[in-house]
Amino acid sequence: MSIAATKLDRRSFLKTGVAGATGFVIGFYLPTHHEVLAAPPASVPPAALNAWIHIGTDDIVTIVIDKSEMGQGIMTGLSMLAAEELECDWKNVRTEFAPADKVYFNPIVGFQGTGASSSTRGSWEPMRKAGATAREMLVGAAAEKWGVDKLECRAENGAVIHAATNRRLTYGSLAESAAKLPVPKDVPLKDPKQYQIIGKPRKRLDTPDKVNGKAGFGIDARVPGMLYATVARSPVFGGKVATFDAAKAKAIPGVRNVVQISSGIAVVADNTWTAMEGRRALEINWDEGPNADVTSDGIRKLFADRAGQPGAVARKEGDAEAGLAGAAKKIEAVYEAPFLAHATMEPMNCTAHVRADGCEIWAPTQWQTSTQNTAAKIAGVPPESVLVHTTYLGGGFGRRGEQDFIRDAVEVSKAVAAPVKVTWSREDDMQHDFYRPASYCRFTVGLDADGWPVAWTNRIVCSSIFNRIFPGSVKNGIDRGGVEGCADIPYAIPNILVDYQLTETGIPVGLWRSVGYSQNGFFTESLIDEVAAAASKDPYELRRRLLASSPRHLGVLELAAQKAGWGKPLPGGRFRGIAVVSSHATYVAEVAEVSVNRSQGTVKVHRVVCAVDGGRITNPDTITAQMQSSIVFGLTAALKGAITIARGRVEQSNFNNYQMLRMDEMPVVEVHILETENPPGGIGEPAVPPIAPAVCNAIFAATGKRIRRLPIRAADFA
Amino acid sequence: MAIQFNLNGKPQAVDVNPNMPLLWVLRDTLGMTGTKFGCGMALCGACTVHINGESTRSCVTPVSSVAGKTITTIEGLSPDRSHPVQQAWIELDVPQCGYCQSGQIMSASALLTKHPQPTDAQIDESMAGNICRCGTYQRIRAAIHRAAQTHMAGATAPGSEFLPSAQNAAAGGAD
Repeated sequence: MSIAATKLDRRSFLKTGVAGATGFVIGFYLPTHHEVLAAPPASVPPAALNAWIHIGTDDIVTIVIDKSEMGQGIMTGLSMLAAEELECDWKNVRTEFAPADKVYFNPIVGFQGTGASSSTRGSWEPMRKAGATAREMLVGAAAEKWGVDKLECRAENGAVIHAATNRRLTYGSLAESAAKLPVPKDVPLKDPKQYQIIGKPRKRLDTPDKVNGKAGFGIDARVPGMLYATVARSPVFGGKVATFDAAKAKAIPGVRNVVQISSGIAVVADNTWTAMEGRRALEINWDEGPNADVTSDGIRKLFADRAGQPGAVARKEGDAEAGLAGAAKKIEAVYEAPFLAHATMEPMNCTAHVRADGCEIWAPTQWQTSTQNTAAKIAGVPPESVLVHTTYLGGGFGRRGEQDFIRDAVEVSKAVAAPVKVTWSREDDMQHDFYRPASYCRFTVGLDADGWPVAWTNRIVCSSIFNRIFPGSVKNGIDRGGVEGCADIPYAIPNILVDYQLTETGIPVGLWRSVGYSQNGFFTESLIDEVAAAASKDPYELRRRLLASSPRHLGVLELAAQKAGWGKPLPGGRFRGIAVVSSHATYVAEVAEVSVNRSQGTVKVHRVVCAVDGGRITNPDTITAQMQSSIVFGLTAALKGAITIARGRVEQSNFNNYQMLRMDEMPVVEVHILETENPPGGIGEPAVPPIAPAVCNAIFAATGKRIRRLPIRAADFA
Repeated sequence: MAIQFNLNGKPQAVDVNPNMPLLWVLRDTLGMTGTKFGCGMALCGACTVHINGESTRSCVTPVSSVAGKTITTIEGLSPDRSHPVQQAWIELDVPQCGYCQSGQIMSASALLTKHPQPTDAQIDESMAGNICRCGTYQRIRAAIHRAAQTHMAGATAPGSEFLPSAQNAAAGGAD
């Protein structure tokens, strides 16, 4: 899907996607909401049978992908859902990314966007309905042409067949007349037992373009007359430009312009490198603002202080205080997690062209509605006049729901009256992120005389993600992103008190793959291991007993333990740790096999066995890939990840000091899928949370040392 | 003065600042965007190309230094995705977001030229310079081994590096 090649198609599609003249486009705003929109005549192929399915006279079926493809395989998954009901020939399936339009709102998040591992969950019904409705229209068109009852016709492999007379018409020959038919309502969907496509492994549609450099990412956008820009930003969060001198930058051949925008000073040039050279030549005095003295140590002290004060109650069951008072034994522990950057491989970027009558955006965005609204506001045009071209995303992980990189490009394009691509350097990307919040968690757990937990108290200190992203969403002092993974621990403990101290730090925080679960899953699954150790119980058996009434947790826990050979001897020097976390309506258990060299201060993760119950499966190969991916993501954070702050600045700058797991450190990851008839759960995130505790619990098994602070430091297990 | 080199089998001349890294000449001047920008410091491998057959980070390679040399980018590895590494990548569905994969494929193909049957240790050594944030390392390793088998199968044929493909999957092709 090259950017240039699809431009016109998307434009023509945008027309059919909004209310206008005649013809039909079906839209499903919500799974329960069925709406017919008028559209221009479907005379220009491909005919739009609805907002997601277009069929050309050449039989090519174009499926409109209204989610961002950032590696999670959603382009293929959504196509599978539609194709299952459409009965088309898979070889003729092509895809297009959707423009920004309210017809494509994600029913789970309430706007057009990709996140919260919601894509398959939210599209499970609408995409199958889109396929089924289009199929019925094609069958209806064939029946009309033949003058037979449509009940005598059936759809199969991209054609409608009238068996009695042995006649057959391909979808391509029917699409135009089908698009003019009334849209049938409540077309029944298949019984899952009839699925031919859903639930079976299928190759990704985007692989061929990702092995020869053809896949168009945001950073690859090329628009006629385009200029290239990069922005100098305040090194301190919240700082502003006091004064600047652009003379030296402007003297560089190829630098076209230097403009001040809301995020800093933009250098506009003939190519990216010259823009970066120009930026180096800028002389800027920054007003560093109120955060100039923020340090990681200071934040840690602030958190420790706040942990001494009661917070907003996130969960209360029984009487935890009384439970603790009557306990035979107590465990007290403080757990900590650092800020983390997203570090998508493709640095932030956006290309924008602001014109008098509208604005065009080419961007690797996760949130199209926000992108459209952001651009409209800056460009001074109505949102409908902003055409958003979503490109492939070179990683997202939550970072690309933010709109800072969109604002940069729109502001610069407006200032210089030309199409402009703004590219961030790796340093910009790492030092101007919205970080996974640092967090500080204090626990006191009481055990009875037999070692079973009878009271669990947990105070979380962490800044708010959602106050900024969705103002008003933080109610009664509780930010879901701060408490998830702590407030919803699944263990049968009679007395539980979880409270939360919302504590701002001056460091911007945002959504990071698995959000609150990323750190809280580590805290709680480590602590339950501490309970097992304190009670001299096997950590797997203890979990089994405390999860006896949580069958889905139990299902993946037992599968992972069985496949990992829990309790069986391991090669010399290797130890196992286990963890289970449910998030995004999916259940994941992981067993890590680890060896520790205490004198050299190294940890080696040899093997990870993962069991997942994500309900109904669309593409099992995608599930396997996402489990592997999430495990690497979480393992990278556990072993290496820390963004630290000094003088209000991020100390890390590139992959030399913010390191990634590499090939030589990659464990063998085995994925076992437990298919259940539950509704589909999320797949892109839920395997992140269990890996850090599984590894740290294995380190405890190996050394008797409990890792309570991430990333794992040699001093903590020496 | 124009700098001349051979790019994907064809002579190429560019008239740019000689200090400009080859990466940006490829991407911005020549519009060949398959080679990616990841770090600008030779830390991530996304910008890997072959210069005279050697795997090289183009983000730190001034264009002046490639004058007279032969450069292969991802676009020039094969005309039709038929390189054994590309084929193996397709067969095992290696890419996720795909951003690092041009660099991964260029590093892997250079490795196989040197070591047609690489050991895991050789894969670790040659591929550790290429970061994949999606964590596709396990499939990359398997695909390199598979490409090595393809190499071996075609070793008797001349020019075996560019074997015709048995599974020439078109865009949108079925499994």
